[in-house]
Amino acid sequence: MFNELRPALTMMVIMTALTGAVYPLLVTGVAQTVMQQQANGSLIERDGKPIASELIGQPFSDPKHFWGRPSATSPYPYNASASAGSNQGPLNPALTEAVEGRIKALREADPGNRAAVPVDLVTASASGLDPHISPAAAEYQVARVARLRGLDAAKVRALVAEATEGRQLGFLGEPRVHVLKLNLALDAAR
Amino acid sequence: MTANGYLQIVFFLAVVIALAKPLGVYMARIYEGEPAFLNRVGAPLERLIYRACGVDPAKEMRWTQYALAALWFSLFGLLLGFALQRLQNYLPLNPANMGAVSPDSSFNTAVSFNTNTNWQGYAGESTMSYLTQMLALTVQNFVSAAMGMAVLIALIRGFARQSVQTIGNFWVDLTRGTLYILLPISFLLALVLVSQGVVQTLSPYQTVPLVESVEYDNPRMDAAGQPLKDAKGNAVTDKAMQKEQVIAVGPAASQAAIKHLGTNGGGFFNANSAHPLESATPLTNFLEMLAELLIAVALTFTFGRMVGDRRQGWAILTAMSVVFVSLMAVAVGSEQAGNPALTALGVDQTASETQAGGNMEGKETRFGVVNSALFATVTTATSSGAVNSMHDSFTPLGGVVPMWLIQIGEVIFGGVGSGLYGMLLLAIVAVFVAGLMIGRTPEYLGKKIEAFDIKMAAIAVLVPLFVILIGTAIAVMVEPGKAGVANPGAHAFSEILYAFSSAGGNNGSAFGGLSANTPFYNTALGVCMFFGRYWIIIPVLALAGSLVRKKKVPEGPGTLPTHAPMFILFLIGVVVIIGALTFVPALALGPIVEHLILFGGK
Repeated sequence: MFNELRPALTMMVIMTALTGAVYPLLVTGVAQTVMQQQANGSLIERDGKPIASELIGQPFSDPKHFWGRPSATSPYPYNASASAGSNQGPLNPALTEAVEGRIKALREADPGNRAAVPVDLVTASASGLDPHISPAAAEYQVARVARLRGLDAAKVRALVAEATEGRQLGFLGEPRVHVLKLNLALDAAR
Repeated sequence: MTANGYLQIVFFLAVVIALAKPLGVYMARIYEGEPAFLNRVGAPLERLIYRACGVDPAKEMRWTQYALAALWFSLFGLLLGFALQRLQNYLPLNPANMGAVSPDSSFNTAVSFNTNTNWQGYAGESTMSYLTQMLALTVQNFVSAAMGMAVLIALIRGFARQSVQTIGNFWVDLTRGTLYILLPISFLLALVLVSQGVVQTLSPYQTVPLVESVEYDNPRMDAAGQPLKDAKGNAVTDKAMQKEQVIAVGPAASQAAIKHLGTNGGGFFNANSAHPLESATPLTNFLEMLAELLIAVALTFTFGRMVGDRRQGWAILTAMSVVFVSLMAVAVGSEQAGNPALTALGVDQTASETQAGGNMEGKETRFGVVNSALFATVTTATSSGAVNSMHDSFTPLGGVVPMWLIQIGEVIFGGVGSGLYGMLLLAIVAVFVAGLMIGRTPEYLGKKIEAFDIKMAAIAVLVPLFVILIGTAIAVMVEPGKAGVANPGAHAFSEILYAFSSAGGNNGSAFGGLSANTPFYNTALGVCMFFGRYWIIIPVLALAGSLVRKKKVPEGPGTLPTHAPMFILFLIGVVVIIGALTFVPALALGPIVEHLILFGGK
């Protein structure tokens, strides 16, 4: 009954040291030596100060900016220290109400646009931090942003194209537009 | 679904099979102690570990001793995991100043990681210090996986050997699985994940300014940290302005690698593999899915090789694959079809070259619908339970697939080790039923299956089913059980049923709307996870001990060939019938009702 007690205790100590300290510290050491940028959160810097993470989205509600995915984090959207999805089920009236509200906001910001709204623009992302929207969701907003900024739609479309990432290796994942980079480029173009 | 969607699925499955075969052969060599590259390099370290533990690697164990070793080892893991969470506020590597985790949550999480479930009632980035993530959680990710594999190898020895008493040495199997299989692959995978943007750092959370400040309603807290409510029961809030973003980081890549490879599934961050810093790109998503399936699939080859009949491994793999592909097709199809309630509002859900379309609530743009539904199938077919999309927001049929895959016992690939020993139990049940039909003594792999063996198999198959259904029944009857649901109507029942399925089946994914970080759920689910793990492991080892003593019966004209298509179909039948008979009534009250309401009008 108790023969295995000592090996059990010693083995747990050894495994803890090996897989809980040596292994993660070794990964950290290599990562911090050869891939510091990625290992620390892919921060975008301007004048030596971090201004955003390339992988973490930010909230946008100004009609002059492109809007990103709705975010369900609390207490405010795109809270990067409390990632979360809405977890609303497909039949939940709160989901349909929220989607209706988002469509209304989009239509109020752009009264002439009667096109069907791309689904990713009115549904909350899984992490609440999604930095991307689909190319269709960007195209839906091009006319609005161009008009409010007094820019040529072609110019805005060119900026969208620059912020668009294709499928990785040509076939993995989905094509997407980086909302934050696009908005930073728009603000710089002014 | 677009042509590219099909391409991604086919490519994924092809890569899994291509890599699994060599890995399966390699693992057989490692467990049999045959020379391979890594065990030659690691031999001095391996010997040192045995010496420190006072273990003689050449001395084998009977099943009782093997089981006791496993249970003592687990007990220390549990205590260590619990203690680290309770004491983390006094310990180093806690830059975000996390307080001690509550006793009930610490219990739940300690059991959860110890049993390879990785159910999470807490949110990682707002609960756990870096030290707890590393020393408590990452460690359990490794050893619970290594233990699952060890128990499987012991069962395979039960079939492979004859007329002996011992089934191997637990300490040797545990050490070899960790040193030569889990650690090296995790190390490589972690570095690739970092290269794509998954964070790996011990520095504190990063702060960046927001381009647009956000005005929001901040809930006012009382002295105890609970949200205040007014006379009508609405939360009291203050207007607040957020001008910066605090980005949670940490040693995530090293944990994410083993979380997938060991089919653990516990996220470093709350959003798990949907979080851009835990799965940054479509490539990390692909590799994480690959890691989840890789060892589970490879073990079918290890099995075939160790029992000396590769066709037996292929037969099991074929049965698993047929169920997997069928259910994946349902999940992908249902999610791609989207939510009819949104179409009515003027939302465009069609798939095209410029959008993934479909049901995008709770999904990330970079993964789209195909990779989210595929991930949901992989993560619940295996016992991983990591998520890259929120299963709670899936369409009813899209959500049935993960739930039912867990309920049929995590045997479609399943957890590393645990999936295949679960499937072998069902194979024993299948030969037993077939034996009854044709009136012969059942045999599997040359071993006569007798009363004791079938009793052990029946216990191990039935305990999780019992735990899931009884747990759900209790939770829907008591107030603290009903208080946690987030969605109204039938979906509330689905949330509870999913939670107990996930705990009893040791999966760990959730319909995450359920507020499970309460004393009731932490305790109830903790107990379910415990039974769902150890009340399979003990009967499986007892079965191994019984089988290993038996002589192999030579194949005769009356032997049921267990590699033939007929048996494969029969095995699938047993899996599906047990799962369907047990759970269809419960599913009818949840997701099936929802499906009828959503598509049949109200």
